[in-house]
Amino acid sequence: MSTPQRLEVRNLSIEFGGVHAVEDVSFDVEPGETFAIIGPNGAGKSTIFNLISRLYEPTAGTIHYGDQNLLELPAHKIVHAGIGRTFQNIELFEQATVLQNLLVGRHAHMRKNPLSNFLFLPGVRKSEIKHREKVEDIIDLLEIAQYRDERISDLSYGARKNVELARALCAEPSILLLDEPASGLNNEETDDISFWLEDIKHDLGVTLVMVEHDMNLVGQVADRVMAINDGHFLAIGTPDEVRENPEVQRAYLGVAE
Amino acid sequence: MEFLFKTAYRDDIRFLAKTGEKIRVAIVVIFLLAAPLVLQDYYLAELGLMLVYAIAGIGLMVLTGHTGQVSFGHAAFLGIGAYTHSILLSYGVPFTVSIIVTLLLSGLVGMAIGRSASKMHGFYLAIATLAFGILIETVFGEWGSLTGGHMGLAVPSLTVFGLSLTEVWQQYYVDLLLTLLVIWGAANLFRSPTGRSFLAVRDSELSARCLGVNVEWVKIQSFGVSAAITGLAGALLAHHLTYLAPDVFGVLESLKLMLMIVVGGLGTILGAILGAIVISILPVALSFLKDYLPPSIGQTAGIEPLLFGLIIVSVIVFEPGGLYSRWMKIRYFFETFPYYRKSSFVRQKSYLKTERMR
Repeated sequence: MSTPQRLEVRNLSIEFGGVHAVEDVSFDVEPGETFAIIGPNGAGKSTIFNLISRLYEPTAGTIHYGDQNLLELPAHKIVHAGIGRTFQNIELFEQATVLQNLLVGRHAHMRKNPLSNFLFLPGVRKSEIKHREKVEDIIDLLEIAQYRDERISDLSYGARKNVELARALCAEPSILLLDEPASGLNNEETDDISFWLEDIKHDLGVTLVMVEHDMNLVGQVADRVMAINDGHFLAIGTPDEVRENPEVQRAYLGVAE
Repeated sequence: MEFLFKTAYRDDIRFLAKTGEKIRVAIVVIFLLAAPLVLQDYYLAELGLMLVYAIAGIGLMVLTGHTGQVSFGHAAFLGIGAYTHSILLSYGVPFTVSIIVTLLLSGLVGMAIGRSASKMHGFYLAIATLAFGILIETVFGEWGSLTGGHMGLAVPSLTVFGLSLTEVWQQYYVDLLLTLLVIWGAANLFRSPTGRSFLAVRDSELSARCLGVNVEWVKIQSFGVSAAITGLAGALLAHHLTYLAPDVFGVLESLKLMLMIVVGGLGTILGAILGAIVISILPVALSFLKDYLPPSIGQTAGIEPLLFGLIIVSVIVFEPGGLYSRWMKIRYFFETFPYYRKSSFVRQKSYLKTERMR
């Protein structure tokens, strides 16, 4: 696991056909902290994640992770820089087993030569077992051993969330972007998530950046919070500071007539 | 019921874990090895042809079933394989060298197609591959100096390492050997990183990309592997046809390959083999039936395509997972007897497909 770096986002903007989804947003995420991004629906939270993952091309601004200029990298190289992520709507490989999903999580660390794979040379077998050990560590951490051989399409929603988190961890990221880790989960499952997020942060030393609506969870795990609305920066600070901020309250609750 | 106790990671890498599977595969392999002793030449040739179609089916399965890239022009690769192999043989190139060159050439053409197809999805990909199929068929027809054009091209007889293998059973063993090799190789592929990246691209390009899978390159690879395997099938098919004409490798043949993998069950190697069995048995069964049917039905032309159509429609309606899925249910019924219930295989509906990005 590479050491976490500082994530620097400067003046980030993106337009979709005249709609300013994100406009002039800047923030830093310090190594080792838990950083939350909040905002009403359509505020541009997930768009920021998609910009960091290079799924979208920004119209302006820069993104650096340590010394690495992320805008120089194609999307499939982002994980090599140490950035992992999950998705709001769970993007698992539905027709594959949990184990296969997690092994794809190891993809960035594997050698893949189609010919030696076709012949399954001894080196391939060795590497499969080596990576399987890493995967098993993550399976133990997130307690998903009972699903190991299940197909994703047979799993419940909560289990899928865990598997997706596990798959992101299998890539051994130093910073993890979590897009609504608690959405659709019941209270008990949300408690589990907050517990695991602490584990991931302390045991694995991973910096966490999350988009989340559940303010309880944000209050429990986040060190700092950034609020945005309509693609614009609103406030940044501790969870309590942001919660008390009048601008933020106006964005969520509207203005009194 | 049989419970599997796994004690090592290599248990999950092994192909055949359960005793039942081992026995079944052993029976099939022994039957295939002993077939020349039992079967008459006609049926043995049909069986050899079935194996060739199984190879072609696995070729298309890798692309469509495992990588999710549809191809309605796959007979073109069959044709490229058949013509390349035959032309090389007629220039006196030895069989083994010719097979390797055929593999490489069709693989490279596949990668070139994959390069342009890697940015296409759904309908556009279907139309593009269909056009490619028609284009290649036309090239076979018009490039008379090399392919013999519409007059056709005679395929040199099968000679391996200087041994002339003209008997049906000799040719059959060549088919069998290569079929087993392809099945083994394709199965290897899907227990290693390359194959897993294919599955990843099929199910979610988005998260595959975020996990470090170069989606475009995977599609190019998949087209390459698929085309190479299909090209190999084409080379073997040439020896069965003994005479090549462009229209053999037309749109209908592409559809036949597609039908094969859909009926067999998308996304599984066994599915491709089951599909090959169906399309090979069907014409033979039909010719039997013709004697018993009233002449007005039995002698009508076009009854075979009609039946193909009926089969594909009923598979899609009644068993979308194909024969493979039916086979799994039968197996599950016996393995869990008497606990099997009708609802054992009812899948929950997918809950969230909105806001998915390409």
